[in-house]
Amino acid sequence: MISLLMRDLRLAVRAGGGFGLGLAFFLIVTVLVPLGVGPETGLLAKIAPGILWIGALLACLLSLDRIFALDWEDGSLDLLATAPLPMEGIVSIKALAHWLTTGLPLVIVAPGLGVLLSLPQGGYFWIVVSLLLGSPALSVIGTFGAALTVGLKRGGLLLSLLVLPLYVPTLVFGAEVARRGAEGFAVQTPLLMLAGISFGAVALLPFASAAVLRINLR
Amino acid sequence: MDLQVFDLAVARGGVPVLEGLNFSLAEGRALVLRGPNGSGKTTLLRTIAGLQPALEGRVEGAGERIAYAAHADGLKTALSVTENLSFWAQVFGKEDISAALQGFDLVDLAHRPAGSLSAGQKRRLGLARLMVTGRPVWVLDEPTVSLDAASVALFAEAVRGHLAAGGAALMATHIDLGLDEAELFDVGPYKAKPRVSAQDEAFL
Amino acid sequence: MSIWEYANPVKFIKTTDRLMPYMAVGAVVCLVSGLIWGFFFTPDDYRQGSTVKIIYLHVPAALMAINAWLMMLVASLVWIVRRHHVSALAARAAAPIGAVMTIIALATGAIWGQPMWGTWWVWDPRLTSFLILFLFYLGYMALWEAIENDDTAADLTSILCLVGSVFAVLSRYAVLFWNQGLHQGASLSLDKEEHVHDVYSNPLYVCIAGFILLFIALVFLRTQTEIRARRARALIARERLA
Repeated sequence: MISLLMRDLRLAVRAGGGFGLGLAFFLIVTVLVPLGVGPETGLLAKIAPGILWIGALLACLLSLDRIFALDWEDGSLDLLATAPLPMEGIVSIKALAHWLTTGLPLVIVAPGLGVLLSLPQGGYFWIVVSLLLGSPALSVIGTFGAALTVGLKRGGLLLSLLVLPLYVPTLVFGAEVARRGAEGFAVQTPLLMLAGISFGAVALLPFASAAVLRINLR
Repeated sequence: MDLQVFDLAVARGGVPVLEGLNFSLAEGRALVLRGPNGSGKTTLLRTIAGLQPALEGRVEGAGERIAYAAHADGLKTALSVTENLSFWAQVFGKEDISAALQGFDLVDLAHRPAGSLSAGQKRRLGLARLMVTGRPVWVLDEPTVSLDAASVALFAEAVRGHLAAGGAALMATHIDLGLDEAELFDVGPYKAKPRVSAQDEAFL
Repeated sequence: MSIWEYANPVKFIKTTDRLMPYMAVGAVVCLVSGLIWGFFFTPDDYRQGSTVKIIYLHVPAALMAINAWLMMLVASLVWIVRRHHVSALAARAAAPIGAVMTIIALATGAIWGQPMWGTWWVWDPRLTSFLILFLFYLGYMALWEAIENDDTAADLTSILCLVGSVFAVLSRYAVLFWNQGLHQGASLSLDKEEHVHDVYSNPLYVCIAGFILLFIALVFLRTQTEIRARRARALIARERLA
């Protein structure tokens, strides 16, 4: 299991691994939004938490199809399926590797991008906390979507269509935590809901992803 | 424990391709499947490896004893030869990859990225993977594709060593490996009688 | 004699052929009488005027939009547990109907909302939930279309339906939390205080019955079509063998 994680991390940072693409995308979205809505500081400060969440979510979505597609193309997925690893373990590790290479970097750069959007002073802490809690759910849900569409031609667009509705609760509670935090309101309720969704998804979705992957390998 | 197959029928995309298969593979033996393209050898091997369910019948002594090698080698081009092999060794709970490197003459290539290898060298690396799994039953699908004569000899030697150590090998290949232990098994007579797939049958 | 007998495609077609005329006639009778009763023989609301009468399309469509998904969920579970092909095809057949019901509910809601709230669209929790439900329908239908092997498609869409149901419920609570909303309370509820007046509710019940019968008739029809398409393909496959 550890070796699979190490391999995926190593592949992500080597040439052609696509590490950093998500970060660059996140940066571009954050730059484009003020260009689209205008430079007024008050407006940007108000929408900053939401923009950061949307940007992180889209950056995450962008890299989902790599979770299984590469292993599927070169045949390693078949070989992994015959290895002494439970399928649930394989999908969990894949989701963890995706989170470490995509989700976590997004969390780390989010405050920096918050400066570009004039995020209010109190918002920095909560944007990091909300993304830190919510991004594992994004990775795990995305892994489920990637498992559903593995091996499909033109699976990329379908993957977005399947995954985005599933992202709704995470986005709503995550952005709510960030927004309330930025505006200085109590964040307890959405924070608990976000944590609940994240833990629930991490605990239960790998079973669905594994079932789906087995069907697709058949 | 032998690999045994009882009344096995296998299907590709729901359509039965082979049926009524019965054979067993004892320790130290090799079984070479023969049959024209499209006769279902790959499907049979995938079924025995547990990647797809059998249509009928059962397979015993497979499961966790199988090391499977398909057409695709499952190599990561960005990783070196050593890294590729070590990864599979660790997945199967093993450490030592030196025997595999030597067995397939990969020692000199050990630090080259797999992406820079020729087709034949990649194939050798893919087959070397079998030696690091530590599993007794090798299930091989066209293992000698893109190998030159010298490499085929290396491969035959590796199989012989595996059999001598009490392993077994089941392979689909058209090349004579010069293995005395190998029996031939022609899948031709087991071609499934034309019938509609199970999922179509429900609607007739 | 068990209910699973109807899971046989031939038996299903025979039975539904017998039932369908009753469903269709019942749907037409209920809808025509319910809508005429509702549109022309109920008083105008003292606040909302005659616009309130769109309720006779809006509420039944909204109910069926949710019930269609529930039916798909049950059918998906039956497929996963018992692997009856008719069940999977019925789920597939219901999805576009549910999607259209969702569109009707959203469109009539917008038309109703315009004079009431002064805008065609607000991000009210109920409206938002239905929009999200519509996205779930789209994803479900797209996955069916994308996969070639019928059994694989049935397996994958069933699991998507199960997972999607959980997330749809979560989304419902999420948007409720996110915005408390303008939408009036439930039109029908067991709580007498919130309930719309009986004058309005009686024709509404007739319309709901009409929509339910219409939904059943359409699901039967579309499932039959799916079964016949599969049967045609199976026959072609058999023909090729001979």
